[in-house]
Amino acid sequence: MASPNDDIPPDLWEECKSCHQLLYAKELASELWVCSKCGHHMRLSVWQRLEITVDPGTFTETEGDLPLVDPLGFPDYMPKLVQARAKTHMNEAVLTGTARLHGHRIGLALMDLAFIGGSMGWVVGEKITRLMERCIAERRPAIVFCASGGARMQESLVALMQMPKTAGAVGRLGRAGLPYISVLTDPTYGGVTASYAFLGDVIIAEKGAAMGFAGPRVVEVTKMNLRPEVQTAEFQYRHGMIDLLVERAHLRELLADLLDWFQAGKG
Amino acid sequence: MPEAREPQDTGPPSPGAHLIHDPWETVQMARHPRRPYTLDYVNRIVERFTELQGDRRYGDDGAMIAGLGFLEEQPIAVIGQQKGRTAAERRERNFGMARPEGYRKAMRVMQLAARFGRPIITLIDTPGADCLEDSESRGISEAIAANQREMFGLPVPVISVVIGEGGSGGAIGIGVADRIYMQEYTYYGVIMPEACAAILWRDSSQSQRAAQVMQITASDAARLGLIDGIIPEPPGGAHKDYEQAALLLKEQLLKALAELKDIPGERLMEMRWEKFRKMAAPS
Repeated sequence: MASPNDDIPPDLWEECKSCHQLLYAKELASELWVCSKCGHHMRLSVWQRLEITVDPGTFTETEGDLPLVDPLGFPDYMPKLVQARAKTHMNEAVLTGTARLHGHRIGLALMDLAFIGGSMGWVVGEKITRLMERCIAERRPAIVFCASGGARMQESLVALMQMPKTAGAVGRLGRAGLPYISVLTDPTYGGVTASYAFLGDVIIAEKGAAMGFAGPRVVEVTKMNLRPEVQTAEFQYRHGMIDLLVERAHLRELLADLLDWFQAGKG
Repeated sequence: MPEAREPQDTGPPSPGAHLIHDPWETVQMARHPRRPYTLDYVNRIVERFTELQGDRRYGDDGAMIAGLGFLEEQPIAVIGQQKGRTAAERRERNFGMARPEGYRKAMRVMQLAARFGRPIITLIDTPGADCLEDSESRGISEAIAANQREMFGLPVPVISVVIGEGGSGGAIGIGVADRIYMQEYTYYGVIMPEACAAILWRDSSQSQRAAQVMQITASDAARLGLIDGIIPEPPGGAHKDYEQAALLLKEQLLKALAELKDIPGERLMEMRWEKFRKMAAPS
């Protein structure tokens, strides 16, 4: 049986995954991909995130030439990486670079769930670390938008060792007297939460974002006794783990205020 | 849990080959119910051990041991996850899965040791950190993340040894060290083989294959350049002879301490950072 929506071209309309309202795609962009009916914050690609975050035309990618690596020779992994690259037009699961936000020179990292679940292997850890090092060298505040399923299983212990590396890099940024703002977006899990995500000088989460120490697949396959509401931004906020729980519409202004505060009098 | 099979003799050994074992068998050995745990080693090799308790914020955590003692008259601090032997002890020790207060207690004692210039030994044996609601509500992610960041700032020698299970974030939360060793029958990885198999192939009976491809044994980690050495165990595994296992562990700890003891704190911290900074970089 034909549904009334069958004749609607899919590129003009997008369905809200939360309330199933059909939303006009053109308006969705100006609403920052937040459902006008229920307020659900849709997941963004890094390109969409860039567009609504930095001053227009100021982003320059860094470390975009890092090669794909498969340190363990893990079965079927390299084809998966190649496929992810083709799908996302990203060199790995995080995009890093320099930009201006509200006029301030910043270092920026944006993670994308579409690249193998936004998981962290050697390349992601290396890009985050190099971003922090660049921020130290060029005296830039760092902002990281997290979105990740956790550490990348296919790199096993090599992936685990990206946690201390990135945590250490964040520590060095702080000791260099530079601020680090971590923005947790839907979803942020596992090895990323237990390294740079929860080490921000200021930690911001988008409303409704899922997050937690145990990755969702691990919770699922180990039949862990964990109420779904525990793994949310709201739970973390209520327990004092997050400074601010915000709607996407207010995020850019908030970042601008914070950068103004950190950078006032610092040239 | 299936009973571990004893390692099999597979013919004449080539040099170093006696430390290479079947990965799934190794996982079983690492979890062997009679395997020595942190306190079994502490009681054999650390003199006049004084256990310290509590994170000064919320509470204590039986899954994490922290204390002060002497190794051959050298004052040291010891940190390590602790599993229980009986059913009641296992619950009390939360199966070696430390909570935020365990990681914060560990950090408190490590920083105390650093203030007095005492080397730190961490013994890793955990299936993973506790990730249930209580731990989430007290910031398990932040606790583990902060430990890793702060361990780079300890101006004293830090030596880590995986003595059983090196389970993911729970392990690395006390694992940022100048020297990292694994005992012969231990594993170290980002996810349990069972969960890896269930996620990758939707089939937890493929655990054996997952253990293989994840390269989680001591010999794998050594070959990948992720650890500094493998500590041999008595024939048949550490559970066959606690005394000898403890002696072999102590021997390596003393060797490492001797290598590190004259290096100034600033230099140690810089070397520790360089070690992790360059770890596993593709050549």
